[in-house]
Amino acid sequence: MDDRKGRFGIHGGQYVPEVLMNAAHELEEAYNHYKDDPEFNRELTELFNEYAGRPSRLYYARKMTEDLGGAKIYLKREDLNHTGAHKINNVLGQVLLAKKMGKKRIIAETGAGQHGVASATAAALMNMECVVFMGEEDTRRQALNVYRMRLLGAQVIPVSSGTATLKDAVSEAMREWTNRVNDTYYCMGSVVGPHPFPEIVRDFQAVISKEIKEQILEKEGRLPDAVIACVGGGSNAIGTFHHFVEDKEVQLIGCEAAGRGVDTYETAATIATGSVGIFHGMKSYFCQDQYGQIAPVYSISAGLDYPGIGPEHASLHDSGRAKYVPITDDEAVDAFEYLARTEGIIPAIESAHAVAYARKLAPTMGKDQIIVITVSGRGDKDCAAIARYRGEDIHE
Amino acid sequence: MSKLQAAFQNGKVFMAFITCGDPDLQTTAAAVKAAVENGADIIELNIPFSDPTAVDPVIQEANIRALQRGITTDSVFDFVRELRKQITVPLVFSTYANVVFSYGADRFVRTCAEIGVDGLIVPDVPFEERQEFLPQCRKYGVALISMLAVTSRQRVAAIAREAEGFLYLMGCPGTREQELTELMDTVRQNTGIPCVVCLNGTEDYRLKDVATKTDGVAVDTPIVTLMARYGTGSAEPVGAYVRQIKEELRAI
Repeated sequence: MDDRKGRFGIHGGQYVPEVLMNAAHELEEAYNHYKDDPEFNRELTELFNEYAGRPSRLYYARKMTEDLGGAKIYLKREDLNHTGAHKINNVLGQVLLAKKMGKKRIIAETGAGQHGVASATAAALMNMECVVFMGEEDTRRQALNVYRMRLLGAQVIPVSSGTATLKDAVSEAMREWTNRVNDTYYCMGSVVGPHPFPEIVRDFQAVISKEIKEQILEKEGRLPDAVIACVGGGSNAIGTFHHFVEDKEVQLIGCEAAGRGVDTYETAATIATGSVGIFHGMKSYFCQDQYGQIAPVYSISAGLDYPGIGPEHASLHDSGRAKYVPITDDEAVDAFEYLARTEGIIPAIESAHAVAYARKLAPTMGKDQIIVITVSGRGDKDCAAIARYRGEDIHE
Repeated sequence: MSKLQAAFQNGKVFMAFITCGDPDLQTTAAAVKAAVENGADIIELNIPFSDPTAVDPVIQEANIRALQRGITTDSVFDFVRELRKQITVPLVFSTYANVVFSYGADRFVRTCAEIGVDGLIVPDVPFEERQEFLPQCRKYGVALISMLAVTSRQRVAAIAREAEGFLYLMGCPGTREQELTELMDTVRQNTGIPCVVCLNGTEDYRLKDVATKTDGVAVDTPIVTLMARYGTGSAEPVGAYVRQIKEELRAI
């Protein structure tokens, strides 16, 4: 074990330019203070419950269970949160923290736009200025979310550098943080980046597994055999895993975006196809070439379209505690349609990756076994893209 | 005395940043020679990285252009092996952690030593993470340059005390002269190692003011911008630019 700060096994760390180190230290100090502060936690719980609509439901998917004929399937309904995804958990925590730290301005990166919308929402609620960096390519793919962010009072800055997608939005947000470190809080959208972000974001998302545990014990009187979540950077997955890490009988399964397949270059499956590297402030697995140049990645899901994975996931993979499986676009789209027809729930295309794996796993398990799938977000945003995928052109 | 230290013996130092392979390695060689002929004391050779987050987009674009032309770490090493035969001033590599890490840090630094590279600047490896590459750098006698910023504040003293080669003060928009003065006072109290300051045009101070307080200046964006504009004909404008800055430095 490395004794440097913010390590998960060999992964994590604080690989940021010197200009940002003091800000990272300041954030760490503030977080260590507030995370155990009763008043902070009271305010956050109130925001979770009264504003975001927590606790989210743990829904028994009876038709899906019967259809697959194996393990009993529960859905953790993060899609029912305010703004339609798990992202709100993290931003309420971070924006509240930023406010306590005396910051006036929030910056964030976004891929599909979900984290950007959540950040703009929290910033509007808490009276902060908000600037969202979004790859130019993504602003075109997700024009509706760009409008939502503006409606919420945020400024959206299209990023045209590099591949003009999520990784470049992260780079640009880090650059902006470097330039205006004094009054600006960088609200990281996933369990990635330099220490202490992977820890902070995990702690705010851990409410997912905390609730799953309470809810499943109440409904079934026992822990699940497996919990499944999709993984890009990995925030909903770490939130789903966290309170089960010590419960060795619970299998932890993360579903990566394989895009057109892990044997193609059009993939974003970091664990399946990547190698250890240092990027965006952390040591972890990355999709890269032999010289360490970060590879362009692809997935139908803009939210999973990231060439890295959070350092805690990298470590859970190394230790074998969690298993990571690649799911292709085809499988995810099938699962998207399947959940819509079977349960009347349209999941985010990201979450559909987790549903897809459950469809493979459940039939191999006994009827006395239990799977919990985290439906990290709702799929309204994806309908036009899925229609296009099926050869139908609709206008939003 | 190391070659890097020796470079600081004749007045204020000028360190020129040049991206390897933008627009091609021949032009890089010509620009390096022009910079040296016109008074550059140290050459900072940038090994391209796909996503350099610590620098402005002008440098990222240069990095991407070089990568698109097929420049790799190995081709830069081969290039520098030849260049070294024609250039005597100290050479330092500037690149990102993943370029060094993915090559194998030991193999990377050993190659640096073999081909005559004197130092290594890795902007995304701060003081607290220096163990990532410091053992290899010490083993092969390549200086791992310590980065400083005006935002380093209470960490300045510790960074200065542990510095090797020279200290590199990163550019930070809006930095005021007073902040620089205070930082340099702390540096001088803690080390005899020289300190260069990066000047990329966004700071709120003049060349003459910073150069008086430090041991020299490093220039990146303005040179990369010149090379983007003049392409294969960059050697002359780069040389002229270096000559002009160097004259100002000599006048101090």
